[in-house]
Amino acid sequence: MAATAPATRAGVEVRLENLQRSYVGVSALNGLSLTLAPGELVALLGPSGCGKTTAMRLVAGLEEADGGRVVIGGADVTNLPASKRDVGMVFQAYSLFPHMTAWQNVAFGLQMRKVGQDERRRRAHEMLDIVGLGGFADRYAHQLSGGQQQRVALARALAINPKILLLDEPLSALDARVRARLRDEIRRIQLEVGITTLFVTHDQEEALAIADRVGVMNKGRLEQLAPPTEVYSRPATPFVAEFVGLTNRLAGVVRGGEVEVRGARLPLVQTGAADGPATALVRPETVSMTADDEASAGPLVGTVIATSFLGATSRVTVDLGDATVLAQLTTADATTMPPGTRVRLTLRPDAVLIARDEAAAVEA
Amino acid sequence: MNRSRRLKLQVFRVVVLVVMATFFLVPIGAMFEFSTRSTTFDAPRTLESWTTIVTYPALVAAIVASLELAAITSVGMLLLLLPTMIWVRLRLPRLNRIIEFLCLLPLTIPAIVLVVGLFPVYLWMANNISDSILTLSFAYVILVLPYAYRALDAGLSAINVKTLSEAARSLGAGWPTVIWRVIAPNMSGALLNASLLSVALVLGEFTFANLLGYVNIQVQINQLGQANAGVSIAVSVASLMFAFVLLMVLSFVGAARQALRSKPRATDPRLEAVWGQKA
Repeated sequence: MAATAPATRAGVEVRLENLQRSYVGVSALNGLSLTLAPGELVALLGPSGCGKTTAMRLVAGLEEADGGRVVIGGADVTNLPASKRDVGMVFQAYSLFPHMTAWQNVAFGLQMRKVGQDERRRRAHEMLDIVGLGGFADRYAHQLSGGQQQRVALARALAINPKILLLDEPLSALDARVRARLRDEIRRIQLEVGITTLFVTHDQEEALAIADRVGVMNKGRLEQLAPPTEVYSRPATPFVAEFVGLTNRLAGVVRGGEVEVRGARLPLVQTGAADGPATALVRPETVSMTADDEASAGPLVGTVIATSFLGATSRVTVDLGDATVLAQLTTADATTMPPGTRVRLTLRPDAVLIARDEAAAVEA
Repeated sequence: MNRSRRLKLQVFRVVVLVVMATFFLVPIGAMFEFSTRSTTFDAPRTLESWTTIVTYPALVAAIVASLELAAITSVGMLLLLLPTMIWVRLRLPRLNRIIEFLCLLPLTIPAIVLVVGLFPVYLWMANNISDSILTLSFAYVILVLPYAYRALDAGLSAINVKTLSEAARSLGAGWPTVIWRVIAPNMSGALLNASLLSVALVLGEFTFANLLGYVNIQVQINQLGQANAGVSIAVSVASLMFAFVLLMVLSFVGAARQALRSKPRATDPRLEAVWGQKA
């Protein structure tokens, strides 16, 4: 890198093509293909062991793929060592070099690229300013809080002007308040720098809040890759529906392109679903309710058994006799229906996903 | 902790310190006393045994050779063991037990058995490569493995080797840089301990050198003791004191470096306002 290299570079396209990786016969990645557009932030979301971190480590060159290719900015880097890939990475565990100060940490990558001392120092301070730690340049890692350490790690990763930024659950070790703040800050900096970014997390809220697109992974495969709103409102698979957000599983019957759930007819996300018993996956926020002490028994009449206060909203659990339904209401509405209240539920006719499994057949 | 308990603890510490100091210093003091005796019964004390050390060329040569051996062994041990242990820890963790077993093995084999095994090798080396006493460093590297392994293992366990090395590699560092610039500085205490143990072991080694026909400091002291006991004891005390001073210096160097890193280094007084600020 030249000493006069610009602080930012236009994002480059990154392609993961049919990546495969297994450990002692157990498949961790099973043909993962994914393309990140220049400057895009894609979050890989999934439960532990789904292969998301493995995918990131393959991109970073910290592990070798059994098959497939990693293409960064048009160049095949599959066989390049990590030190030659030109990627910046922030790790889940605190990874600052303890024997170096914050600015020395940030300057380390520049030193590896033979950037002159004055330019290294100037650039390191500039990056620390960007992450809001300009005054902390002479602190060692143990003199910084967890959030500050991760911000220095971000500055260090960006200082080398990488082609892609990899964020491996960088917020998971932080407390909730710091996490939310740093999450927004990472997004701000990413947009400011315009760097293509792959963000791995198991926290759905984090993924939905920060990403241009969210890739939901399960058992080494990408189940869905779409903008956050689409992943949430039109999940491609039952796994996505259940992993992203809360979902009620209600027994129903598919007839003529709709699913009938406890007397309510709801449109389907899947087109061309065959008629027959199925389980409808209904979001709590599509369930509304009214207090009705006089209500006679019915498929959508039940009793409030618990209320969880979440701030502006509350989650209400209703016992329908043969099933339990979660509804998300404003806290003001929820307080009018304390536990023990007889209520009548209404299902908003949003498109729902159906699952067909043995449990569904039994319930139906 | 209440006052009387704190006082008892303080007394206990002082007692332990005094007992340990007595245990170590009385024999050394006795040796020093012996080395300052005059050759005649009623003559005053003299430092003749100490001042004549330098007049024995063979003794000086043996001291120099032992110091060279200590340095070569320490460096050789670190060059062999540190990259191996890091590599095994990062890439081949299943071999960890095997490496540990191999490193501890010299502890279980008597020195005489090792010498018998190494004798043909040294005979061949003397005939074909070199008969320098410095070739003893090969054997000494094996000899110090158990102690050095333990010290380095403790150092590596105290840091997150995997994350630090991956972070360095992602920033463009090759493996030699990772080890030299990132891992080693963060386990300087363990490196110093391993080196010190190696130096102490080499300076005190007698069996290998004697049986393989080399003259190091201990062999020379033994030979000298048969001709001039006073000088022999003076050299023994000097070598003990050398190891002791080395230990003290290394300890203070390590502590000073640690203290330097721990000291807050805010350059802008305004920063103190956000010193406790989280993220």
